[in-house]
This record gives sequence, structure tokens and C-alpha cells, in this order.
Amino acid sequence: MEINKPRKLPIGTRIKEWGKAWGRQWQLQTMVLPGIILMIIFNFIPIYGLTLAFKSYSVTSTISSSPWVGLQNFQIIMKDKYFWQSVQNTIGISAIKLTIEFFLPIILAILIFELKWTPFKKLVQTITYLPHFLSWIILGGMLITWLSSNGMLNQVLRLFGIAANDNHILNASSYWSIASLSDVWKEAGWGTILYLATMSKIDPTYYEAAEMDGASKIRQIWSITIPEMSSIISLNLILSVSGLFNSNLDQTLVLMNSQNQPKAEVINSYVYRVGLTQGDFSYATAVGLGVSIISVILLIITNTITKKLNDNQSVL
Amino acid sequence: MEISKSSNKTTKVKSTRGNKIFDVVNVVLMTLFALIILIPMWNVVISSFAGMNSGPFIFWPNKLSLANYISVFSDKGIWQAMFISVAKTVVGVVFHLFLCSIVAYALSKRDLKGRKLYSAMGIITMFFSGGMIPTYLLIKSLGLLNSFWVYILPAMFSYYDMVILMNFFRDIPNSLEESAKMDGASDWRVFFSIIVPLSKPSLATIGLFHGVWQWNDFMTTKLYVTNEALYPLQMRLYDIIIKAQAAASNGLNAQVAITTTSKGVQLATIVVTMLPILILYPFVQKYFVTGTMLGAVKE
Repeated sequence: MEINKPRKLPIGTRIKEWGKAWGRQWQLQTMVLPGIILMIIFNFIPIYGLTLAFKSYSVTSTISSSPWVGLQNFQIIMKDKYFWQSVQNTIGISAIKLTIEFFLPIILAILIFELKWTPFKKLVQTITYLPHFLSWIILGGMLITWLSSNGMLNQVLRLFGIAANDNHILNASSYWSIASLSDVWKEAGWGTILYLATMSKIDPTYYEAAEMDGASKIRQIWSITIPEMSSIISLNLILSVSGLFNSNLDQTLVLMNSQNQPKAEVINSYVYRVGLTQGDFSYATAVGLGVSIISVILLIITNTITKKLNDNQSVL
Repeated sequence: MEISKSSNKTTKVKSTRGNKIFDVVNVVLMTLFALIILIPMWNVVISSFAGMNSGPFIFWPNKLSLANYISVFSDKGIWQAMFISVAKTVVGVVFHLFLCSIVAYALSKRDLKGRKLYSAMGIITMFFSGGMIPTYLLIKSLGLLNSFWVYILPAMFSYYDMVILMNFFRDIPNSLEESAKMDGASDWRVFFSIIVPLSKPSLATIGLFHGVWQWNDFMTTKLYVTNEALYPLQMRLYDIIIKAQAAASNGLNAQVAITTTSKGVQLATIVVTMLPILILYPFVQKYFVTGTMLGAVKE
């Protein structure tokens, strides 16, 4: 520090220099300014608002005037059985969803890539990307229809001679599969897009050489395609694992009902209910903050592990 | 030599036969995959045209009718909701594109004072957020609850979209700008008369992504808007679905009533709500694909 100091100009001069440069660039600076102001308002002020987690907030006070209560909110969380139920549901649904959504797009991308006839390939891509662009409200409405007592699912089951009359969305024990598989249906096609982009950059001479050596298609995929995609695969692995505690509020709000709630309530919807419906702002903020901290820790852990596996190269 | 040659031939024949089987199986699998996406959607669309008492079906009902659509469109509320949806999408996209692109243009200049600070701030916003409750309290204290602007302002700036645009702008040759500057053009002028016309494809990509988001977004309404006059289509649809669900989960009698009266209307509303996406999607799909790849590659 002592050595560095003399190299810098006195603070007054630096401000002056900066001011001069700003003056020269005032047009560009006015272009940045509105963006910075919006970021400060809509991103940084709510980050400051996280202090609520350590306070006791009431509607009559403001965030800064509320009294500090230390870790009291977090102590209550520990004993809150509804919170733990929502954690269980979140992890259960995410685990099924993320496992399938990690492997399936890799397989689908490889199969799409191997399609020879371009119009068919384009058609498959167009159709399977489409659900990604539908909102969860639309998909939720459709799902409820498919799963209803006279819906498509029961029709198909009846074709196979199974007497099916249930309205499946009311069945709490099927909720985890409904929530996770519907997400797979929506996102599996779109999930192939980065893999396809990576595969299109693989040098075709690799495949030609492999073909000459008599390597089968499966062998080529295993020894060329997959190794070439390893960095994007590990990036997706990191994102998947760190998403374990993420829950889909849109999906939950549209699919949850009074009968499936014990299996449908996830962390996000619990925060929504406690905070915005019941008005316990401090407690809900504490729940949200706690879960984000756990997610960041998971992200760091998986990143360290994949870094070790990838010869110390971080993909993040 | 002879021997090795012949063995080489046989392996080649074998591998092509193997490849043929692979290709056939692959086409079958991919057709199945596409059908798994298509058939359920078709079922919903055609069900919305089914007449009363047409019985259970998957592909085609006994009777077709427009009754569901007539009752959807005879409700004044749906026109209001459609207006809000279109307005929030159009205004949202215009504001978003304008703001993100002016910031992107300024930050594309590597000698911009404070550029490192601005970028650091932006990166923080990508990894940390205050979450649902602190954001709600902010929106409330800004007086944006039950205001149309709550659809526009909080989503107006996105650091991620800005970075994508900035990378596009950096690829534009500097010489064009410099010659304009020599003629005395200001930065704003250069931006509007040189940068914007040259960046139409990238602006279209970001605009389409934001447009789809705006059209589909229901959470903003759910969190911050209780005035039904400001409900977009998504929120109206949500209300219809939730009411039917509540009736279904609370008793069998209610369920029968719901399925006979408003199930079809519910489906017609779903179709109306997703129609703009279905119509536009095939034409603009290429922008989504290239946009996603660029975002990922340049990140």
C-alpha cells in the first residue's frame, strides 16, 4: 500500500481529471445514466431490503426504522414444519426434473444432429422448441385439461384397457411427477439448442477418420461427440445442481389446489403465501434469503468439484 | 494386403448396415418426440371447438361448434385484457430496446469513464437480487401498485440483454462512426443514424425475447396489480383456471357444473391467449435460436 500510494495522483486532481473526461464524454454518459439509475432503484434497493430478514417489520414502519431482532426469524424457520415440508417438495420436484432435464437434452441433441434430411430436422426442431415459448398459465390450463377425469391421459389409459376415471391433478401423490414431467415436456426440446450449436462446430474430419477406422455410429458419438461437448455439459451440470432449491412459482400457483397442496407447496410459493398473503414480511424475507445462500453455496461446491474433474479449468 | 483389404471391405459394409438401422430408429424416435409435443396441443385446440355433449375423444369430436369462442368474445373483459396485453408488450419492448441499446452503445466504447464500475454493478444484479418481498415493498413505496407502469419500468433495463447488444455494437466497423464524427455528428446522432440501422437483426432478437416475456408474464400482475381493469390476458386466464380448480377440488357437484359450463370457454381462452405466439413463432424462430447462441457464446 505504502509503495503504491506515490504512483497515484492526489485525490483532488483525480476527481478533476475524471470530471474533465466526463465533460468530454457527456453525451455517452447521459446514455448510461438512465440504466444505472434503474439498476440502483430496482436491483440495489431491494438488496438493501434484505436487512428485513434480521428485523421485525410492521406495516406502519419502514425498512430502516424497524427494530433489529438478530437471528430470531431464522430460529423460527428451524422449527417451522410447513417450511420444511415446502423444502422437501422443492427438492423432490427439482431432483426428478433436473436429472431428466440434464440427460434428456444431450441424447435428444445427438439424435437431432444425426438426422440426415434437413427439412425433417428443421421440422423436429421447430415443433419441439415451441412449448418453451408458452407461459406456465397456458401450459397449466392445458395440463389440467389433459389430466381431468375425461381428459386425454385417461382416454389413452382406457385404450389400454385400464379403467381410469381420476382427476389426476387432485391426487397429491402424483403431484411431484406431474410438476416435474410437465417441465420436462416444456423445456427438453429447447434444452438441445446449445448442444446443437456446439456440435455444429466439431471438425467433420474427426468423423470421417473414425468412419475410415470402421467405428460405428454409437462409437463415434461416444468417443467424439460427447468429449467435444464436455465443457458445456459440465456447465449445465453445475447449473442443474445449484438449481436444486429453485422452485417454479408460476407453475405452482396455477397447478396447486386445496387437495394437492401438501405435496405442491414449494419454497417460493411458501414465501409468497407467508409474505404477501399473510403479511409476515420479515419472516418471508428470511426464508428467501436463507434459501438463496444455500443455492450460492451449492453453486460454489459443484463448481469446485467440476473444476477438479476438468483439470482445474473453471467453466463458470 | 489382399486379406486386409477384404476385411476392410466387410467392416465397411457392416458399419453402413449398422448406420442404416441407426438412421431408421432415429427417425422413428424423433417422430415420436415431435408427436409427444404436438398431439396434446392439438387435443386442447380441437377441444376448444367441440360442441356440447360431444363425448370423450383425442383427435376429433363428434360435433364442432364456435359456441365457446362466441361466449369468450362476447365478454367485454376479454377485449380489455387483450388491449392491456398488447399495450404492455408494445410499450415494454420499445422502452426496453431504447434503454438497453443506448446503454450498450455507450458501454461499447472501451474508453468510457467509469465503464468498469458500471459493469461491476451490472454483474452484481445478475447474481444477487433482493427477492420477492423486498421488491414488493419497493414497488409499493414507489406507488407503482395498480399502475400500468409496473409492467414497464422494473423490466426496462436488463444487464444481460445489454451485454448481448454491446457485443453486437462492438462488431460494427469503427471507420463508419469516425467519418460521421469528422463531419461533426454527435454521439446521439451517430447512434440513431448509423448504429441503429446497422443493428436491426440484433435489436429484433432482443425485442422478440422481451416481447414474448411481456406477453407471457403474469407474475407482475399477480404480485402488484389487483385492479381488474389492468389485467392482461394471462392473468384473466389464470383467474378462470383457478376458480374452476377451486370448485373442482372442493366438491363433486361443483365439478360437474364447471365441466359442463365453462370448460370449453376455458379452453377457448387458452387458445386465444397463445394464438399470437403460435402465429408469430414459425416466422421468428431463427431469431430466437441465433439470439440464444450468441448470448451463451459471448457471455
